[in-house]
Amino acid sequence: MNQDSLINYVLHLADNALILGQRNSEWCGHGPILEQDIAITNISLDLVGQARNFYQYAAQLINESKKPEGSKAAPSPSGERVGGEVTEDSLAYLRTEREFKNCLLVEQPNGDWAQTILRQFLFSNCQYLLYQQLQTSEDKQLAAIAEKSLKEVTYHLRWSSEWVIRLGDGTEESHQRMLRAIDELWKYTGELFVAADYEKESAIDISKLKDPWLDKVKEIFNEATLAFPGKTFMQEGGKQGRHTEYMGYILTELQYLQRAYPGSEW
Amino acid sequence: MTTVTIDKKTLYACLEEIKDPEVPVLSIIDLGIVRDIVINGDGIEVIITPTYSGCPAMDTITMNIRILLSTLGFKKQKITQVLSPAWTTDWMSEKGKRKLKQYGIAPPNPIQQVCSNKLFAADEAVQCPQCNSYHTRRISEFGSTACKALYKCDDCKEPFDYFKCH
Ligand SMILES: [Zn+2]
Repeated sequence: MNQDSLINYVLHLADNALILGQRNSEWCGHGPILEQDIAITNISLDLVGQARNFYQYAAQLINESKKPEGSKAAPSPSGERVGGEVTEDSLAYLRTEREFKNCLLVEQPNGDWAQTILRQFLFSNCQYLLYQQLQTSEDKQLAAIAEKSLKEVTYHLRWSSEWVIRLGDGTEESHQRMLRAIDELWKYTGELFVAADYEKESAIDISKLKDPWLDKVKEIFNEATLAFPGKTFMQEGGKQGRHTEYMGYILTELQYLQRAYPGSEW
Repeated sequence: MTTVTIDKKTLYACLEEIKDPEVPVLSIIDLGIVRDIVINGDGIEVIITPTYSGCPAMDTITMNIRILLSTLGFKKQKITQVLSPAWTTDWMSEKGKRKLKQYGIAPPNPIQQVCSNKLFAADEAVQCPQCNSYHTRRISEFGSTACKALYKCDDCKEPFDYFKCH
């Protein structure tokens, strides 16, 4: 994998984790019951932790690739502090919307509990399959992060699968809400398995994850008495930095402090 | 030039003083997150591994290790975080598990039952740290921190944290 692609690939993985972590954290203090409030915010914490590991690695790669004087500049995401090096924090707090490479699914609003649960299930299902492959990557750092994160994602997938079943096979009301959530989110799932240019150089063929992903969705939807959605137009663009209208608002909140008070710490 | 005369064994004993800020009865040695120590004259490298990716205690722990090393006279310090092989609850010392229980947190079961994808699996048989009953049930898969689950004892009725297998 060439250096530019690798950097973009790592940023893509980091952005997915950060933005979903940020979204889930909006539930903090608002969960339907205390135990599930704690669960969703712990999942947030796991995701932000994974994002940190990826950002640290991306920052290292970016700083290294800038070293040789006069050589072609790195793809250089902004997020460079004045006169300083790129850090995990500058990558999260100082890049612009178009520089974020997360898929559209993770930036979708929380909606109700059904929509949050479904988003987590659809994403964790994909992340689980991806990290399984990434564990054996020749890139030792990516393999280590994936190995570490996989245990956490196992929990996320199990927890969200159980909730999809609980709601789908629950009351008339919860069933209807799951159907609405599927209607809302399904169109963002196609993108997960369409490789961006920087993913094409990876040893993992992301399109091959689609079948096992679908099998899992069918298994869980079947258990949840939810009809499998028919063919629909799929939205794409997040991986290339073309986001839905929600992304700007997420970053406004996420980045406010570092934008207003650059470099502040507490 | 000064050289620090301290051996690895003494150093491990010193590191026992550094506690997990979230479970203050456990030292970082009990937790099994110190992987190795490399001493080289007045320089030292401590290699640690996080329990969970998002463990917020790691930054505090790293800072406390730095303070300790400075007190001991090490000028050149390096604290390296490694992720692989990933930490598991098996690395927690037996002494650590006993201390956890005394503190009121059920220690991780020796056999990992939860790292599977099986849905609605029967709750793990977790022993109540208060009355030793196995008549307990899980309230939530996530507890006060990501590394713990919330349980309740059906005999003494006390809720308790379970340091879950990982
Ligand atoms: Zn009891």
